[in-house]
Amino acid sequence: MGCVIELGYAVPIDGECDTVIEFRDVSYSVNGVQVLAGLNLRVARGETLVLLGRSGSGKTTTLKLVNRLVNPTSGEIRVNGERNDQTDLIRLRRGIGYVIQDVGLFPHFTVSQNIGLVPKIENWGEEKICARVRELLQLVGLREEFAARYPRQLSGGQRQRVGVARALGADPAILLMDEPFGALDPLTRDDLQREFLSLQQRLRKTVVFVTHDLREALRLGTRIALMEAGKLVTVLSPGEFLKSEDPWASAYVRAFRDGLEAAANRGTP
Amino acid sequence: MNVIRFISQNRTQVLELTGEHLWLVGWSTLFAMLIGIPLGILIAHRKQLNKPVLAAANIIQTIPSLALFGFLLPVPWLGDRAERLAILALTVYALLPIIRSTYSGILGVDPAVLEAGKGMGLTESQLLFQVELPLAISMILCGVRVAIVISVGLATIAAAIGAGGLGEFIFRGLAMVDNRVILAGAIPAAVLALFADFGVGWVERRLKPR
Repeated sequence: MGCVIELGYAVPIDGECDTVIEFRDVSYSVNGVQVLAGLNLRVARGETLVLLGRSGSGKTTTLKLVNRLVNPTSGEIRVNGERNDQTDLIRLRRGIGYVIQDVGLFPHFTVSQNIGLVPKIENWGEEKICARVRELLQLVGLREEFAARYPRQLSGGQRQRVGVARALGADPAILLMDEPFGALDPLTRDDLQREFLSLQQRLRKTVVFVTHDLREALRLGTRIALMEAGKLVTVLSPGEFLKSEDPWASAYVRAFRDGLEAAANRGTP
Repeated sequence: MNVIRFISQNRTQVLELTGEHLWLVGWSTLFAMLIGIPLGILIAHRKQLNKPVLAAANIIQTIPSLALFGFLLPVPWLGDRAERLAILALTVYALLPIIRSTYSGILGVDPAVLEAGKGMGLTESQLLFQVELPLAISMILCGVRVAIVISVGLATIAAAIGAGGLGEFIFRGLAMVDNRVILAGAIPAAVLALFADFGVGWVERRLKPR
């Protein structure tokens, strides 16, 4: 990684490791319920930071704080060094791709209109948009004939591919992904995870990826930020995570291994 | 068959009154759309407003139409011309179905779609015009359809205050105890309602996202 990253501190050793997203003492509560407490976290350029945690652990909230779908109760979030509540909201969001589990494709737009929407409202020319849509379809592994289809004519996996292509529409440097593959069947999920990795190798986006699936976290993450009850427990690389002594991290690993073992031992007395 | 003969004998007057009727319904529906659709959008976005607005529209709906026409008669500028008054009253009655359908249409848009749109950096107006309204349009037009059908019926009562329309035949027929005359007003009104319903249905099919 070229730099030392600890909880709350990232000390750049050389120039290539710069922080793209930074949370400083961020807390968020709604109706008196503390959802997130004292979060300090940095995301470096080009890495895939996975937010791993149970439902209600605050991982989705953390993600939404970045593009200000949620505003913090206290603390600040910096994107590219600037406080995100002091930059123009629309500009901020257009520079950040956003992919969610329910995809949220516009049902009245074709696939190509969905993908080309942000380029269109950014006033790209017709031809440039067309070329971009074609490029993106190819990138996410969809044949060109899908361009004219409507979302309801697609399978779940195809929809999520379009969702990813749409998020990449105007070529944002940052990608926020909220359990994007959570609703897919295991085989399709496996395909999409593999393609995500090869995509990420080529594009080197700064990705924040929310999941509750350890396997997905280990497979896709450069680092894994483990969250529990609104607090960041620890940030580890996948290798470190598997060996970690941290009670929460080891609980995940144990549950994962036990599951596999239990499945393997079924039927044997 | 007497009715048909009566209508064809008086066809100029039937046509004239149908024209007046359409005029009342047309303007009032237009005004109701101009007020009701934005109001429906507003209350879908500002949740704290939806109860008072819908309650007000509901209460208005419960005022007997004849009473409303009577109430408005002494109002200075309005009372001068009966059509103004009739158009206002019809507008007020058409509001509820239009506000309600716009409100439910906008609320019915899939929250995931809205979240994705917001997250992509669509402005509020882009979200409204490119996403919410196109997805709510069938629902909104459904309300407009109901409003028109109600208005065509209600507009017959406008004749009671001298605003013209097909109600003239109906009231005259009632006074003369002559079914032919009543039907000469009622039948064209029913036909008008059917045509209007069909017309909006056609517009709806044209505007509906596929």
